[in-house]
Amino acid sequence: MLIKKPEDIRYSEVTPKSIYLNRRRFLAGIPAAFLAGRELLSPSARALAGSKLPALVKSPLSTTEAQNSYNDVTRYNNFYEFGTQKDQPAKYAQKFKTDPWTVSVEGEVAKPRKFTMDEILKLSPIEERIYRHRCVEAWSIVVPWAGYSLSTLLKQVEPTSKAKYVAFESYWDLKQMPMARPEIAGIKFPYVEGLRLDEAMHPLALLCVGMYGETLPPQDGAPVRMVVPWKYGFKSIKSIVKIKLVASEPPTTWKMSVPEWYGFYSNVNPNVNPVRWNQKTERRLPSFFQNHPTQIFNGYGDQVASLYAGMDLKKLY
Amino acid sequence: MAMAKIRWTKVVVFLLCLGPFLWLGWRFWNQDLTANPTEFIQHFLGDWAIRLIVVTLAVTPLRKLLHLPALIRFRRMIGLFAFFYACLHFLTYLWLDKLFDFGEILKDIPKRPFITAGFAALVLMIPLALTSTAGWIRRLGGRRWQMLHRLIYGTAVAAVVHYYWLVKSDIRLPLLYGTLVAVLLAYRVGTWLVARARPRTSPKRAQPAIS
Repeated sequence: MLIKKPEDIRYSEVTPKSIYLNRRRFLAGIPAAFLAGRELLSPSARALAGSKLPALVKSPLSTTEAQNSYNDVTRYNNFYEFGTQKDQPAKYAQKFKTDPWTVSVEGEVAKPRKFTMDEILKLSPIEERIYRHRCVEAWSIVVPWAGYSLSTLLKQVEPTSKAKYVAFESYWDLKQMPMARPEIAGIKFPYVEGLRLDEAMHPLALLCVGMYGETLPPQDGAPVRMVVPWKYGFKSIKSIVKIKLVASEPPTTWKMSVPEWYGFYSNVNPNVNPVRWNQKTERRLPSFFQNHPTQIFNGYGDQVASLYAGMDLKKLY
Repeated sequence: MAMAKIRWTKVVVFLLCLGPFLWLGWRFWNQDLTANPTEFIQHFLGDWAIRLIVVTLAVTPLRKLLHLPALIRFRRMIGLFAFFYACLHFLTYLWLDKLFDFGEILKDIPKRPFITAGFAALVLMIPLALTSTAGWIRRLGGRRWQMLHRLIYGTAVAAVVHYYWLVKSDIRLPLLYGTLVAVLLAYRVGTWLVARARPRTSPKRAQPAIS
């Protein structure tokens, strides 16, 4: 169980990062049983964990649905830079170096700049956002992410009137990611994704720095990723190094790979059924059965449907 | 080869073929099937089906190349195990994916080419499984039985296509199986061409051995 602190505690008042990072060594000595809120925490699972984040602010955008276990979310990953099999990122991303880390925010903006991870962590109070996460492979999970709306970051750089889209780019380094080659993974690198500016500015679009009250483990996209809960999971790009505001629709990795299967928008939609997956229903992991009706916009329609007013979502999928 | 030794090796091959199924059962028992148990089970069963299809296709070339004619005695068992894994693989689709909604299933199979191919691969195996007994070989006659059992070539090609069409982007494994199947089928074409080129000096084609 996460212990929530009241919202009036600012980030600047909490333990400095350098000190709380040391907690990791301390925590490692505590028997796993004391770390409540997680099921089946073996010592090896502990090793996958990030370091503790300061107290998180609760968010009204969170769902109250049952969360998946930490084990589920850290051992079943699509992160092709570290292998195309779901169990590979948990194995091969462990040495991924995420410190130091900077994110360049540039393009059609008045004040382009690079943010260090420390600056990103201090820009705004970190909220806990418990979201449904729906993969294009027709499974879904519920994850307590930590972060704040991407709009907070974008406002810092002051997008100009020319900015219509936001292009994201993942870190790519063959030394650390020897499998991140097109001839192995079958997709191009670096991984790129994109959102329309109004989508990116939507409060639900989360700039995510943690989950389960801790910093992100490498296989889940450390140290900073996007979470766009009304779209299929591949839109939620991991390990971001560049955010560029642009005038026209940017290329996106999976769309480049198989455009018939993956559109630019890729909003969760039970009525759009490309040839590969049946999206009418989903499997709510760890259930065996694909028997849960898919909700349009993954159930976030009340908040985001207006972004797509007048658009033919069957064509612009 | 002594009969006792053949019996004994058959038990070993049987257990080897059953091993993956037992392993899956063990992981199920231990709830060690990943966050997405269905995907794990489905892929695991599909992997073993295609592997055993390749193995059955390899039996004839290996007999000839390794001068081990007795290998034929394992082919039926391996083929039936391939069918066993393919059936369970299909069952995971019918049950865990589709909850036996046959209206949806009948729409799904023609709509999604990768499912069409997988379904074709399975259907082509049904007559082979049914006629795998000594009685059926007698009833059909060795020649006709052998013709019928060439359907396995179709199964192998359809299974590779099924795999190739379903992967998202990493095509290494479908390519590997595709290459193996291509080599094994090329061997048949090669021996057929050689046999055709050669004047009919050799005696009548050997009847398929049974065990």
